[in-house]
Amino acid sequence: MGSKHTTFRDDQLDEYQDCTFFTSKEILRLHGRFRDLAPNIVPMDYTNNPDITLPSSVITAMPELKENPFRHSIVEAFSEDGKGNLSFNDFVDMFSVLSEMAPLDLKIIYAFKIYDFNRDGFLCEKDVEETVHRLTGEELRPEERRLVSQRVMEEADLDGDWKLSLIDFENMISKAPDFISTFHVRI
Amino acid sequence: MMAARSVSFDADAHFMEAGMESPLDEDRVHDSFTQLIEEQSQDLNNQAMEMSSLDLEDETRDDVPSLSGAGSCVGVCEDGGDTDPLMEPCWSTATLRVLSSMPSRTIGRSRGAILSQYYNRTMQLCRRRQSRPAVHSFSRSARPSICGYRVETDPANFDREENKRERLVNNLQSLSESDRVRMLKAIPLNLAEKQELRRLALNKTDRSLSRSEIPCCSQLKYYIIIAFRQSWYVWLSFLSSLQLWQTALKTVSGRFGTGVLSYFVFLRTLLFFNFFLLLVLGLFLVVPQAVRPPTPLSSVHFYGLELLTGAGYFTDSLMYYGYYSNYTLTKTCGNTNDQSSCGFHLSYNMPLAYFFTIGMAFFITCIILVYSMSKSFGQSFRVDRSKGLLAMKVFCSWDFKVTKKSSVRLQSENISTQLKELVAEVNRKEVKSSWLQRLATVCIQILAWTICIGSTAACTCAIYYFSEHMHKDLQVRVRSSSNTTESLLLKEASLLALPVAVSSINLLIPGFFNTVAWMEEYDSPSKRNYVAIFRNLMLKVSVLGVLCYHWLGRVAADPGSVSLKCWESFVGQELYRFLLMDFIFTMLNTFFGEFLWRLFSQKVLKKERKPVFDIARNVLELIYGQTLAWLGVLFTPLLPVVQVIKLLFLFYMKKTSLMMNCQAPRKPWRASQMTTFFITLLCFPSFLGAAVCVTYTMWTIKPSDSCGPFRGLNTMFQSGKIWVEQLAKNDQKFSWLLLAHKYLVENPFFLFLAAGIFLIVIYFHSQVVDGQRKIIELLQEQIENEGEDKKFLITRLQDIHEQKRPLSSRRIRGASEESSFS
Repeated sequence: MGSKHTTFRDDQLDEYQDCTFFTSKEILRLHGRFRDLAPNIVPMDYTNNPDITLPSSVITAMPELKENPFRHSIVEAFSEDGKGNLSFNDFVDMFSVLSEMAPLDLKIIYAFKIYDFNRDGFLCEKDVEETVHRLTGEELRPEERRLVSQRVMEEADLDGDWKLSLIDFENMISKAPDFISTFHVRI
Repeated sequence: MMAARSVSFDADAHFMEAGMESPLDEDRVHDSFTQLIEEQSQDLNNQAMEMSSLDLEDETRDDVPSLSGAGSCVGVCEDGGDTDPLMEPCWSTATLRVLSSMPSRTIGRSRGAILSQYYNRTMQLCRRRQSRPAVHSFSRSARPSICGYRVETDPANFDREENKRERLVNNLQSLSESDRVRMLKAIPLNLAEKQELRRLALNKTDRSLSRSEIPCCSQLKYYIIIAFRQSWYVWLSFLSSLQLWQTALKTVSGRFGTGVLSYFVFLRTLLFFNFFLLLVLGLFLVVPQAVRPPTPLSSVHFYGLELLTGAGYFTDSLMYYGYYSNYTLTKTCGNTNDQSSCGFHLSYNMPLAYFFTIGMAFFITCIILVYSMSKSFGQSFRVDRSKGLLAMKVFCSWDFKVTKKSSVRLQSENISTQLKELVAEVNRKEVKSSWLQRLATVCIQILAWTICIGSTAACTCAIYYFSEHMHKDLQVRVRSSSNTTESLLLKEASLLALPVAVSSINLLIPGFFNTVAWMEEYDSPSKRNYVAIFRNLMLKVSVLGVLCYHWLGRVAADPGSVSLKCWESFVGQELYRFLLMDFIFTMLNTFFGEFLWRLFSQKVLKKERKPVFDIARNVLELIYGQTLAWLGVLFTPLLPVVQVIKLLFLFYMKKTSLMMNCQAPRKPWRASQMTTFFITLLCFPSFLGAAVCVTYTMWTIKPSDSCGPFRGLNTMFQSGKIWVEQLAKNDQKFSWLLLAHKYLVENPFFLFLAAGIFLIVIYFHSQVVDGQRKIIELLQEQIENEGEDKKFLITRLQDIHEQKRPLSSRRIRGASEESSFS
């Protein structure tokens, strides 16, 4: 893993500690994990902030994300270019939000982004149907999925425009106390 | 408390234009509004934003059906099915433009909106810190505050993004260090931008500092603060590296999910409690006494049986109450008798230390328990609404921690079953079960409850009589006065009979309760869970109650009958034996219940499925063990050591057995609610019961005359009083302490008053919570009304626009629509 001085400068580690929910030891460990994904692309020395991104296919092959049905959407939500290529900053950001110390409102914002598959800023009925499809695989028939998504829209849409905005989503999640423990990935 | 959002459709040109900027500023691609955004960039130069002035050609070009993915609007147009009439009108481009730029739609999406939202939040935080009365409270409970969402209707304030950032940075630097860090962590921007904000905020503080002449003392303060921060980070890193069992917990949660994980997390919490007790007791009681051992009695030979019974060799050791001295330990200075030649006078009042250490340990444990209980309760508190279950299930039930393929598949199956059930419930009309069926269900439940209560009462009586029998048996053995090793060993072994009986009852009866519960029908699986837990709890509480009576009521009341010189040590040994037997039986249960059962069901019954880990039963066993440990702390200061060792072994044993023999649970398990419930159980029956017992012992029971730190006193409590009297005698200044002791501590009236005030405060808080719940309902209604208003206004605007469009363009549009549909 190398000593602190070869991977990050002290002020870089301070920055990471202030802006994420990780301590400097965990940041170094994350750097090790990031590097293990592609050892010949990711450099050991990050002191001059190299602009290296890893493609989405590499990130979604991580054991923590491999079996998650939402893995592509998660990686895209945190990538800067929207296509799923993560730099180290995005990588840390992703696991910081998914860690157990992130507050509920931060998780809600990113969960909303993850479930918004067509990236239009709302959860329309198609997004909900896609979510149900990924949750249940092929267990439900298409008309059952459509029924579920229609009922979900009826329940959660407060202002009646048949789309869930962030406010509707937030309102719904705040009634579920389990969200903060299930929306959590250990790294 | 939320602020009511006022949505204003201000047709002011500036507002519209400025509002238009937000989708432009976004760097994300919005599939549904791509064309819209392109057109806005063209339209931005034409200022007039009123509906009537829109270019007709834009509209004919921009057919609504060509706007792909604009939600169900397009779908509805195509289907023309039986839907909500308000959804039906396909909004024109102009309306869509207005809709997309409404403030409620841009929150959380655009960077500009995020910056202004967090500017508002930091403003509020600044104001709060300046202790101005704040109307909105910034609670960190499960209900997120949306009071930071303020709509800027004043056009002058509606700045561009750089100004917003500038203002946010200004606010950030005026916050304190910890507030700034907390605010930074919570901003939903990507990491590079957060680092930029931090750099800007810190640069400004540095610059402002270096500019002015800093006097040396505040520079020192500055360095001290920096040093503090660094050491705090070092401490946090150390704590996180100490994360006990991090990888083990990850493996468990990856395969079994959050429910089973909560058992192991609970175990870890108990370990920390015991570790804390160990530290406190070790530091203040064991170490001073070990350094100054009292005159040793005749040495006893060590047989192997002592490890099981805790008696014999261990009786007169640091482990038990009887060993501790009742005088003030002083430092002997070498060979000289002249004390004035010693360095400084070091004396340690052992009885006082014993009394206060136990009291303090319990008090601090109580505070930590209540704090963690309230924190966990705050997280899991639900505003009770039966609506919205399906939506919650879709979005909140997927456990992101699960990583094993088979467990993921299982989870998928679980969720689809639950979704199917919920949808079927909602769709199916209320089938009224016949009167007879309901009566039958109720009868069966009453029967099951009778059986359970009856068996609990039977076990309690059995233990009562058995303990009485063993007590008499011990009296006989003691009186027989044959001192052969064999009879001694038999005497010690007979002491094991009661713990074995109690542990076997604790093992077998809950299984019996589960079998009885099979024939019952419950509405929901969670209700079934709660009923099982309650029955198990009832059994354990009554068993412990009888045992406490046996020890405090029988043994302590008449120690001479079994010729006990030191009844406290005897009770301590009993508790040690109980704890150990509990552990041995848990081991046996794990072996037989899980390992052999899996072999049996796979080889003999040829079933595919492995047994399921019973979370509730295991957690209750942990709570039972912890209650024993808390009961025994007064009599056995080293009992936390035993408990720590036991918990460590238990963790690895349960984990291995889980991995080998069990499968993930099929039924849903509401992890955070159950965790709150278990911590509450740990606090209320368990800790409170132990504290009440210990307080009763200290307050009323006469300690033994010949052993322990309180020998010769009437109650253990008296040692405190004697110390206060001595202090007052030696030094007149402390006489107020004596008065305080007489009128506050010993006076029951004061205690009643304190308890009364406490209850009033609790009642007041519960009323406040009720009021807040009502306010939340009212606000929910208000939001729905606002939604209706919005729908109404949009349709009206749309109508007006339609009317204003000339007929010809409508016809052209109709033609082009037909062509595009064909």
